[in-house]
Order: sequence, then C-alpha cells, then structure tokens
Amino acid sequence: MSEEQTQEKEAQAQKETPTEQAEDKAPEQVEKKPLKDAEAEKPRDAKPEADKGAGPAKPAASRRRVAVVAGLRTPFCKAGTLYKDMTALDLSAYAAKEMLERAELDPNEVQELVWGIVIHQVQMPNIAREVALRIGLPKSAFAHTVSMMCVSSNRAMVSVANEIERGHIDCGIAGGVDNMSDVPILFSKKMSKALVKMSKAKGVQDQIKAFQDITMADLAPVSPAIKEYSTGLLMGESAELMAQWNGITREEQDDFAFRSHSLAAAATADGRLTDEMVKIPIPPDFKQIAEQDNGIRMDPDRESMAGLKPAFDKAHGTVTAANACPLTDGAACVLLMAEEKAKALGMEPMGYIRSYAQTAIDPAGQMLLGPGLAAPIALDRAGLGLDDLALIDFHEAFAAQVLSNLRIMASRELSQKYLRRPDAVGEVDMGKFNVMGGSIAIGHPFGATGARMVTSVLNELRRRDGQFGLVALCAAGGIGMAMVLERE
Amino acid sequence: MADKLFTMEVKDQVAVITMDLPGERVNKLNSKYLKDMESMVNQIEADPEVIGAVLISGKSGNFVAGADIDEFLGFTTEADAEELSRKGQLAIHSIYEMKKPMVAAVNGACMGGGTETILGCRYRIASTDRSTVIGLPEVKIGLLPGAGGTQRLPRLIGIQKALDIILSGRNVKPAEARKIGLVDDVCEKEILLETAIKAARGLAHGSIEPKRKSFVPKPPKDVGDMRKLLNPKTLQDAILEETELGHFVIFQQAEKELLAKSGGHYPGPIKALESVRRGIRVSLETGLKIEAKLFAEVAMTDVSRKLIGIFFATTALRKDLGVEGKPPKTAPVKKVGILGAGLMGAGVAAVLADKGIDARLKDLDHERIAKGIKYAHGVIAPKFKKGRISRSEFDEKMQRVTGAPDWSGFGNCDFIIEAVFEDLALKQDLLRDAEANTPERCIFASNTSAIPITDIAAEAGRPDKVIGMHFFSPVHKMPLVEVIRTEKSSPETIVATVKLSQRMGKTVIVVNDGPGFYTTRALVPYLNEASFLIGEGVAIEDIDAAMKSWGFPVGPVALLDEVGIDVGAKINKNFKECFGHRMEQPEGTELLIADNRFGRKNGRGFYDYSEQAAKKGKKKVDKSVYEALGVDKRVQMDRDELQKRLALSFVNEAAYCLEEGILRSARDGDIGAIFGLGFPPFRGGPFRFVDDAGAENVLNQLQGLEERFGKRFTPAPMLAEMAKKGAKFHKD
Repeated sequence: MSEEQTQEKEAQAQKETPTEQAEDKAPEQVEKKPLKDAEAEKPRDAKPEADKGAGPAKPAASRRRVAVVAGLRTPFCKAGTLYKDMTALDLSAYAAKEMLERAELDPNEVQELVWGIVIHQVQMPNIAREVALRIGLPKSAFAHTVSMMCVSSNRAMVSVANEIERGHIDCGIAGGVDNMSDVPILFSKKMSKALVKMSKAKGVQDQIKAFQDITMADLAPVSPAIKEYSTGLLMGESAELMAQWNGITREEQDDFAFRSHSLAAAATADGRLTDEMVKIPIPPDFKQIAEQDNGIRMDPDRESMAGLKPAFDKAHGTVTAANACPLTDGAACVLLMAEEKAKALGMEPMGYIRSYAQTAIDPAGQMLLGPGLAAPIALDRAGLGLDDLALIDFHEAFAAQVLSNLRIMASRELSQKYLRRPDAVGEVDMGKFNVMGGSIAIGHPFGATGARMVTSVLNELRRRDGQFGLVALCAAGGIGMAMVLERE
Repeated sequence: MADKLFTMEVKDQVAVITMDLPGERVNKLNSKYLKDMESMVNQIEADPEVIGAVLISGKSGNFVAGADIDEFLGFTTEADAEELSRKGQLAIHSIYEMKKPMVAAVNGACMGGGTETILGCRYRIASTDRSTVIGLPEVKIGLLPGAGGTQRLPRLIGIQKALDIILSGRNVKPAEARKIGLVDDVCEKEILLETAIKAARGLAHGSIEPKRKSFVPKPPKDVGDMRKLLNPKTLQDAILEETELGHFVIFQQAEKELLAKSGGHYPGPIKALESVRRGIRVSLETGLKIEAKLFAEVAMTDVSRKLIGIFFATTALRKDLGVEGKPPKTAPVKKVGILGAGLMGAGVAAVLADKGIDARLKDLDHERIAKGIKYAHGVIAPKFKKGRISRSEFDEKMQRVTGAPDWSGFGNCDFIIEAVFEDLALKQDLLRDAEANTPERCIFASNTSAIPITDIAAEAGRPDKVIGMHFFSPVHKMPLVEVIRTEKSSPETIVATVKLSQRMGKTVIVVNDGPGFYTTRALVPYLNEASFLIGEGVAIEDIDAAMKSWGFPVGPVALLDEVGIDVGAKINKNFKECFGHRMEQPEGTELLIADNRFGRKNGRGFYDYSEQAAKKGKKKVDKSVYEALGVDKRVQMDRDELQKRLALSFVNEAAYCLEEGILRSARDGDIGAIFGLGFPPFRGGPFRFVDDAGAENVLNQLQGLEERFGKRFTPAPMLAEMAKKGAKFHKD
C-alpha cells in the first residue's frame, strides 16, 4: 500500500465511521510516525460513538429484562484431535441439547435459536436452523446464523436479547461453534469451472473434454485462511505489531500465558470449568469421551515457554504458539428468557444481561483493541464503573493483545489517544481478571468463545456472591464487543 | 349397508373408477366386488366414448387393505379356496386383457389383493404420501398371494426382487417401488388423479409407454451409464435374471434360506416360492392355474388358521388398553428417563429415540452411559446405512439419547423406566430417589423380569404411578411388552404405559402382578425341566434340537445361557419360596455358578463361546459342563418324550397363570408366549395347543408325568375342570 493510498483511506474512514478514528495505524506508518506524533494528528473529542444511540445507560425503563437461564458448552479440543470426525453441527447439537436437558425445559418453549460461526459449512449456510431441528426444537422455532468473527456468539446473544426485550419472543437460545477439524476445502476457480461444465455436458466425450485445460496445479485445494481480507495480515501479525507498538515484552506475554494455563488448570481440577460442559462420547466407536478442554497444560512449564521461537515475526517477534490461543474446536450456548418468563416457569436465572456495546476500529491499526474500546461504553450504558465489577473477563486472543488493552486502559494518556476517553478507563484488578484463565489455555473456537465467557462469569459471580461482571472481546476486522452481566 | 365398492364416472374420455366402501375405514376385496369389477371392465371396453380408465381409492390413507379375511375363513374345502383364487385371478386378468389402458393410482396402503389388482393394470402411479406402501403380506398369515401376485410380480420386476417382497411380506415405499419398477411413476397425492388421467390418455394415444425393467445391459450413453455397466451387480443381475442357470441359483438359495428360517413348519412361503419357480417357466395363464392350486393347498392348512388367529388377536390387543371399562384420556409421553444404561436400558432408549421420544439415561458413570449410547447407535445406524432414513434423520434420532450420572434432566420426565439389575432393595431405593427427582405426574415403570411390582412399590410415595414394563432382549427386535399392573396402579398409569409401549411399536399384554408375572413364570419350569434332563444324562444338543424341531427358535439350554445361569438361579430360589414343590429347583445350578458359569455374558455356560468356537461358526456344547455338573452317564431319550416333558411344563404353568388371574385372557397368554418367548406360532400359543390336543389328553399326560417325576407336574386344577366339561380356552 502506498502512502497516498493510506492517507486517502484514512480520510475516508474518518468521514464514514467515527469510531475508527481512534487510532488508524497502517503498518507502513510505524516506521515514519512514532506513537506520539501520530497522537497529535488525531482529534481528541470526548465521546466515542460506538454505535448509534450510544450514551450513558438509562437502565431500561420500558424494556424487558433478559435473563440468562442456563449456559453450557462442549469441552474445547485442539483442532484435529478428538473432534476430527465430527461436524460443527454435531458439536453444536451436543451443547445445545444437553443444555436443554440440564435446564429441564420443554423444548417447545424455545421460540428462536441464533448461532454464530466463522468457518461456514458449505452444506448448511444457515447452521442455526439445522441445530434447531437437530435438537428437537419445535419446527416453528425460527433460526438464523450470525458471523461476526470471534464475537459471533455474543452477537447471537444480543440478537436474541433484543427480540426478548421488544417482547417478540419470551425464550431463545444463542450460541456458536467452530470446528477447525471440519473446514470446507475448495477447488481452485479453474477446477470449479471445469466441474460445473462437466455436470452440464451431454455424453462421455463432452464430459471428459471439460477437463482438458486442467493442469496439476489446478488440483491443489484452497483452504480458508485466517487472514484479514482488507490488509492481508494474519491475526498473529496484528498481535505482533501491537506488542511492538505498546511495548509488551516477550517475558510479560509468557508470564500472562502461564497465568492463563495455571488458572484454567486449577478451575479444571476443581470442576469449575468441567461443570459447564457436556461430556461427549466420541462417535463412531464411543470409546473416548471428551470430558475436559484438551489444550490446558495441567502442569504448565514456564521455562519451556521461553524456549519457543516467535511464530510470526521470526526476527524481532515475541508472539509464540504458547502465548497465543490455539486453533480449537467446540461449541457453547446460553438459554435466554424474559425475566418474567423464567419466573413463571419456576426457573432461577443465573443472571441478566445489563448492557452491551459494539465497536470497530481500523483493522490496519491496533486491530485487537476491541475490549478496551467496548468495555467502557458498556459500563457507561450500565451506569457502572470498573470498580463496581466483581469479575472482568477478556478474550485472550494473544497475550500481547490482552496486555496491550490493559496497558492502554490504565493510562490516561493512552486512553485518550486510542480509546478516545477523557480519562484513563482504569487499572484492572488482576484478582478479578480472567480468574479461570482464558482462551490462551482453554482454547478458542471462534464462534463459541463469547457464550463460554458469559456462562463462566455468571457461574463464578454466584460462587463469589458478586453482583456485576464484564466480558469483552476483540475480533478480526477491528471489531470489539463487551457485555455487562448482573445477578439479581 | 350399501354393498358397493366401486363407483364410476367419465372425465376427459377416461373412466375414473373410485373404490370407497361405505361405512368402512378401509377398502376390502371379496368375490362380489371382483365380479363388479369384471362387469365394469366390460362396460368400459364397450363404451366408444371412453378411451381408458383410472382405478383410484376414495379413502384417505388406504387404497385396498387386502382380501376380506372373514369371507375367506368361511371356506371349508380346498376346492372352495381354489375357486376363490381363480375368481380373483380372472377378474384381474380381465383388466390385464383390456384393449383400453387401465391406470392404477395408488395413495395409501395397497396390500395383498390390492397389489395383485394393480399388477393387472397397464400402468401404475404411486403417491409420495407417507401412508403409501405396497406389499403382499399373505405369507405372514400362512398364505401365498393367490390372485396372480406370484406370477405377475416376477414378470414385472425380476425374480430376485419379487421373491424378496413375496417371501418377506414387507412393505415397499413409493421411492423404492419406482426404483425397482413396481410402479411406473410417482407424484404428489394432490395431483395423483389428474396425472393418472393424463397417463391413461397418453397410453391410449400411444404417446407414452409403460416402463418395463430389463436386466440386459444397454450400451452406455454417458458417464453414469458407464458406471452402471462397470458395476458388478449389473452383470450379476443379468446372469441371474436372464439365464436358466441363474434362475436355478436364485431358487436354490431362496429355498435354503427359507428352510433355515422356518424349520419347515410354515408351508406358506415354501409354496409361494414353488409357485414363482414353476410359474416363471410357463405361460402366464398356466402359471395362474399353478398358483391357484398351491394357494388352495396352503389356505386350508391348520398353520394358516393359527397365523390368522394370531393376526386377529394382535389387532384386538391394539384396542385393549389394559383397563376394564372406558379407558381414561392420557397425555402422550414426551420424555422418558431410563435408569441403567445396560443392554436393556440402552435398547429401550434406542427404540424410544427412533420413535421420536427423548430418552435420558442415568448410570453410575459416563463410561457406562457412553456404552449405552454406543449400543443405541448400533441399533439405529443400520437404518441409515440401508438408506431407510437420511443422515439428518439419523442424527436427530441419536441426539435424543442423552445421559448423565446424576439426576439432571429428570425434572421434566413424564415417565421413568428402571432397568437396573434384579435387586429388590436397589430398585426400591431408585424408586424413592426417582420420586424425589421427578415431577408429580411422572410414572415409574420397572423393567424387571421377575420381582413383583407390588414389592418394588412397597414404600412408594406415589404407588398409583408404579407399574411393570417387561421388555425382552434385544429390545428393538422382540415385539412384546408385558405390562404388569398392581392393585394400586391407576387406570391412567396403565393406559399411559400401554400407549407408550404401542408407540414403541410393540404388541402389549397387560397382566396382573405376581412373582414372574406371566412370561417368566411360564418359562421357568420349562428351563428347569431342561436342567433336570441334563442331570439325567440327556445330551444338551438333543434337548435343544428337540425343542427347535417342535418349533421354538432356540432350544431351552441355549436360552438359559442367554438369560444368564445366575439370573435363572436367583429367580428360581424366589419361585421356590412362592410356589413350593411345583418349582423344584434342579440340582447342579450351584455347581455351575461355582464353576464361574453365568452363560453367554461371561463367555462360560453350557455352550462354548471361545473365539475358536466362534470362528468355526456353529455353536457347540462346551463338553466340560457335564463334568462341572457331575453328570457322567449318557442317556438316549426319544424326541417325543423330550418334547412332551418340556412343552407340558410350559403349558401347565401357563394354565396356572390364567387360573390365578395373572393372565386376563387365554388370548394374552398365547400372544405373550409367541411374541415374548418364541412359542411356535404355528401351534397358536399354549392355550391353543391345549385346545387342539384336548384338555383331557393334556391332563392325562401331565398326570402320568406327575406319577413319574413328582409335584412339579401337578396339573393346574383348571385343566381337570375343563377336561371334565370338554371345554376349550378359546371359543372360536
């Protein structure tokens, strides 16, 4: 990308989406413009406008309260391991069906199902509907699929919650899935064309003719990449840039990853995490049972983490396989109801969705700043401050990304610069932060992580007898999402 | 009653014949209707305004249910039966010979004579409706298709497929019917009539031709044809269907399979095979005559009468909900909790899931539940592999089977089926826990094979909701459920349990409570007698062979291995306490258990279950069992004597069950023995057996045995009573 193009793009971005003004930073800019200089050019107006109608929360006068009644997930397994013969639909169905079983709810009560997924299945463009049919929801339960990268299941929750708030429905399921072991592999464009031609050909000769221009190279399959379409950057490369821009050291990242594994291991050992899972006997021979996340190091080794080579920037990099979340298969979901519906059914809600916020930022800049951007807005809307929270859960795409967010939130200067807040968002108390580990240890099936976090935070709030919790996530494309949860 | 099956009106030059028997749910054929059909055919042929005809049903969900069995039962001689067969054949042949085309438009069940009628038509169209099935179920009631079915079907779709359909009596769905050429076309039922009229006009004008299956391969036109040609099945079919040698191979193979399956006791399918074999070599007209003769031969057999009796009894049972008076209304069961994920629990879960009912398993740990789910998978997967259900239907069924080691998921169960091992205290504990973890409305059914339900319910908080539900293993194959009601079981509980069993596709008998209820109680003296015989020195092979030749699918000793020697011993001990000397326990059972022989489940029993033995195929007796039992003599005993002692043990105890009011009717006793225990169907059940042999005769034989062997053969007092009066169990 030339400088001219970059500037042009920036200008356009400023015009169209105010949120993205926060800090636009293309990789090329780094060399020329150190952080401080960049800051000077940016407008510093106070209020971010994450989405229309943003502003401090007026705790819902006419809106109905949305209760989270149940939450469950599959164990998260590293791609290509236990779930290698299962589909995304299979995983989704196991989670959602068992959630209904444990909730002891008549499936006929469920009116809608919304499901998130990132790596779509060609055979089922609307996987949500397939999940609804598979788990025996009434045929009248409508369903749609959402794709918002790593916040897909949060988006699914928001969608169901809005329907409930408006009084359109009383009860719905939201969740998400990704199965990296079951990705669609596509033929090359040329090969696809030949196949279409063959299917239309009459007679053996024409059918054979359709392939006459195909070479060996055309037979090579095309698999979906986890790459930004707009910038061409791998997500790990974005994280690497953030580490460098924000001065996050390798040691800090490894410490954080170690913390994630240690906490997740403890929460697995005492059953806090495993209680949130359906146990899956793996078909077709059902000998193995998926009982817990298989990426968590139950006895993490800090030293061997330090020995790993950087994964993206071989020369100057600090992001390694150990301080990033792994490719993972799994599904997670929550059962949402209008408060009065839950009470009428005699069900005790785990908690309520108090507010949420969605944000976006230029993917060429600090792409993974979603939590820092979205959290303060969601808190504003909830009428709460950081100190009111008993638990804070950030999605751990990369240690570098989490630490960048925390650093920026804690600094007045950086909060002003990147988050467009008048003040520092605040220092996060690590005693409340990702207390059962996070995606680095637990794993990160893109479409499922948000629902996992909401379930975990609500369960932990109950154990700690806390009132408010926050989940916040970043996603590809510079997207961010935060939700404030509360107990009775 | 207006006795008229057909009405006719002309539309677009096509005579539309509608079958709609007034005042009946289904259409049936009898000789009068067949005569009406012939005259209609003549009318159509004579009418110059009419160019073709359509045969359609006015009933929803039924085309023709078959011939009227009542009319058929009125015949007493073979000549009558042959005449009936000829009448049917000729009526259908008049359609076949028509110059104008007759198109059959099939929506709903098309059975027996209905199928034979459409085979006479020039063109067949089936609706895609769920209710539409085509079949020739005659062999199931001991007959053979006697109105041209054995002649026209093989000529239409080939010998292999025709034999498959005729000998199994199975139903063919529209998609398969189209694929194998049984029908020429399928369409939605909404456009069935207009499609049929169009087809009739097309045939009349020569613009369409009926499709006829040929097994001679055609030269390939595209890749699909090439693939078909290269499929070994294509060549194989061509040789089998189109050569004399091929026919010889098909018939020999079919006969071998039939004999192995029926033990030669059932002439229906054997004669049906003969009819196809002889008919295919001669002209259609001659073939029809052969078929009529063979039909008459089987029609008057006792076997056929017995099978028809069973058919009527099961039909009547479907309406018997197990309560006296008007049955109460009950809500359908939506979700069943199952305690114990073993063979029985998982088998029940599989059948429930298959029928669209959620099944929640509970067992000690996830490993046991995983085994249960695997078992259910093994039951349902073949349906998917054979193409009977789609991938998504299969997945949806499997998703209905879930489980956990705790009581989660039981809070919204309507029904609990307890299937843990036979231990009264354990079952009582589970009942108490279940009551605490399920809603008020929830029914608790115990799948015990012997423990009185009243004992299990002794400390129940909701005794009116406790009942017995005795399944047979393997659950998905065995057609019977014995429902056991206690004095406290409420009518709602009984009716809900019977209805659930029926939804599971089972034939249900409802019996009153007592040790072993009916089926186990009748079985125990029979199995005991086998043990006595072994003790006397009779070879195990001889015992089992005797009862197999009597008509049981397995011999009593092999059955004991299946049931479990330890299970048998436990029940026996209990029975001896309840029934005294009549349930005398043979010596030696303790010795077997001491020798670690529990039967098939631990691979050690009367038979050899080692891997080497399994490789050799045929099951062999484990000779070391005699030593373990301390039997060192060898006695040759007449097969008749063996059969008499064994069969009468069974029959006598069945009579006790009826006398004591465990059984509510002799009908239930017959059906229970046949569908639950493999009692030979051609003997009609233990009570029909007594009726046939005569109560006096049976009484005399039992008294003779009592003199020789003691009280275990003391005849049921009821038999003496009946012998005195010359009475029968069954009135008809």
